[in-house]
Amino acid sequence: MSRKDQKFGGVSRRTLLRAGAGLAGGVVLPSALTMPAFAVGVADKPPIGTWPAGSEGDTVNVAAAVPRTGTYAVQGEDELKGWQLAVEHINNGDPLLKKIAPKVSKGLLGKKVNLLSADSAAKPNQAVQEIQTFINQNKIVLMTGSTSSAVAVALNKFAQREKVLYVTGISGSNDTTGKDCVRYGFRQNFYGETAANAIGPVLVKQFGKNRKAAFMTPDYTYGHTVTKSVNDYLTKNAGWTMVTNQISPLGTQDFSQYLTNIANSGAEFLVNVNWGRDAVLSIQQAKQFGILPKMTLVVPYQIPFLAKETGPELTAGVYAATDFWWTLEDKYPLAKMFVEAFDKKYGYKPEWGANNAYMSFAIWAKMVSEADSLYPPDVIKQYEKGEKFDSTVGEVYFRKEDHQLVRPVIIVKGKAPKDMKNKEDYWEVLEVVPGAPLMQKPDAFGCNLGDYT
Amino acid sequence: MINWANFISQCFNGLVLGALLALVASGLTIIYGTLGVLNLAHGAMFMLGGYAGWLAYSYTESFIAAVFAGTIFVMIVGVLVERVIIRHFYQRPHEDQLLVTFGLGIVFVETVRFFFGSLSKTVPPPSALVGITPLGFMFYPTYRLALLGIVAVALLALYVVLYRTRIGMIVRAGIEDSVMVDSLGIDVYKVFMLVFGIGAMAAGFAGIVNAPVVSIAPDVGEAILVQTFVVVVIGGVGSFPGAILGGLIAGEIISITSMFNPGYSYVMLFVAMTLVLVLRPYGLLGTAGRE
Repeated sequence: MSRKDQKFGGVSRRTLLRAGAGLAGGVVLPSALTMPAFAVGVADKPPIGTWPAGSEGDTVNVAAAVPRTGTYAVQGEDELKGWQLAVEHINNGDPLLKKIAPKVSKGLLGKKVNLLSADSAAKPNQAVQEIQTFINQNKIVLMTGSTSSAVAVALNKFAQREKVLYVTGISGSNDTTGKDCVRYGFRQNFYGETAANAIGPVLVKQFGKNRKAAFMTPDYTYGHTVTKSVNDYLTKNAGWTMVTNQISPLGTQDFSQYLTNIANSGAEFLVNVNWGRDAVLSIQQAKQFGILPKMTLVVPYQIPFLAKETGPELTAGVYAATDFWWTLEDKYPLAKMFVEAFDKKYGYKPEWGANNAYMSFAIWAKMVSEADSLYPPDVIKQYEKGEKFDSTVGEVYFRKEDHQLVRPVIIVKGKAPKDMKNKEDYWEVLEVVPGAPLMQKPDAFGCNLGDYT
Repeated sequence: MINWANFISQCFNGLVLGALLALVASGLTIIYGTLGVLNLAHGAMFMLGGYAGWLAYSYTESFIAAVFAGTIFVMIVGVLVERVIIRHFYQRPHEDQLLVTFGLGIVFVETVRFFFGSLSKTVPPPSALVGITPLGFMFYPTYRLALLGIVAVALLALYVVLYRTRIGMIVRAGIEDSVMVDSLGIDVYKVFMLVFGIGAMAAGFAGIVNAPVVSIAPDVGEAILVQTFVVVVIGGVGSFPGAILGGLIAGEIISITSMFNPGYSYVMLFVAMTLVLVLRPYGLLGTAGRE
């Protein structure tokens, strides 16, 4: 730990030295007003983060630290494709991107966008180190990545410290735009609280009150907050009881100990909050132990490729809350354009991770082009205007108090193999639940955004 | 939650997990004991066994064919790796050996990912072993029960090879003192190749027989490698019976702790390892002074 700190300390020292004393004045002091003579930025804007150094050429770099190995590798790969497609669309002024960001025309503010990426293996330390390297060497103007909220929270704090904008990849924890929110971070996707408030009423309507549920929870911020939100909804509104909560570390392979406890718990429902490969293995093994189909499986925070990996026999009839499913193309014109473009380039229907990645970059391009500036505080203020715009799930807007996108949550139900119209027709969209009523009050989870500069 | 049925079930889980760990660890421990090389690619070989078996299964739909393919393939890989790479490292420092086997592990994992992607692959158990078996106090997946028997037979076979054959005697002598074996006129390098092949084969066999329980992915060997090291440390480096005892102890600690609080099962495993290191630094069944 101390070695890492020293390394970071060393890096920032070098950066400061390289930038010179005047730049140092602008970065270190809270306001440029105290040292106006030393400000070297444009007009009244002192240099901040990688600005203006990263925005001066005819190319701007953006970077993703995304898991390509480990428990979330499958989902990370899908996300990366979403970012790649978005960058391609920004650079060639694709009609879909222009529907979201009308002011973008072949590049951003006349500059080409270049995407860099590195494998984070869903580990926070690794992700932070990689992004640090991209900041130092490539002067990136935007960072992304995370398929784990532990990474999202770490990058949030890092973004705020380095004053470089961060849009989250997949992150389901309440904390990301709750107690760990930052001025420099923005989240496009749904999260524990909205997932719980969207799927809760469906479960109660379908299965009634006073039922017994066993939870499976991965042991980090995502797992704990999603389990809490779902359990709170079910206990408070319908008298359900959590008979056991089996907490397993990220990357568990053999779930037999946890499943034995669940088999002996007397539960009627298995609420599985595990994610990525953990979810696949725990569901397959629950079947081996005969827990499924004896108990009813519920997936409150949908996992891309789950049905493909477990086989639709195991997800048939399962209720899940999700961010996007490709059959929404029947409902939203932008979704149709996105699914077609993605399928054409990559040869399969995008999952919600890819959609989230695409949308988060498209929205960033929108904000930059409308602010007509890459100066981070200008871009942040553009987000914070909270203007409504069209997306692949209809009209959405950012909440200025916590930088969370107000967007619908999609409730889906697994299709039985016989009902599937094609090999990717795994889920049926039951409901598109409007986002605003699902959200907590902006300050309920302790969000304090921090400073612009 | 803490009742007899659950306790016995967890003991059973521990037995199954422990048997698997024992098998993987026995491969690791005989390689280290004989060659003095700590094989960090052992987890990757476990993974290769799974993939080779899965590939054979997808062509033949036969579980038996899958087991043979997984086992033989990894044995061949082991022999090749020893001949082409590892033998150049016997005289080099331990750090170099660690780095080269660690690197090999990465190469294996990423090669598999390149060809087959990261999506999990499933090898179903033979149809006779599908389903759950009532044991009176609980229901248990039939294949996991069978796995216990399969692994026991494999361990017995290893025991026979190591303790009842001439070649096994040479291997055990090599573990104790390879210089002496060499000076007795036995080609110790041929023995090293054989041991590496057998050790890798144990990992490959474990990889494919475990595939119906934990579906395979390129990273499947990573977690098992860590647990296996703990098993070797607890049981005693270079000790085949130690690997079995260590495996069973590790399996039971993980399972029984998780009955009270799953969050502590790995903590308790490392506590046990620390205790062993403090009280008996050479492991429960290890021999003092053996490197």
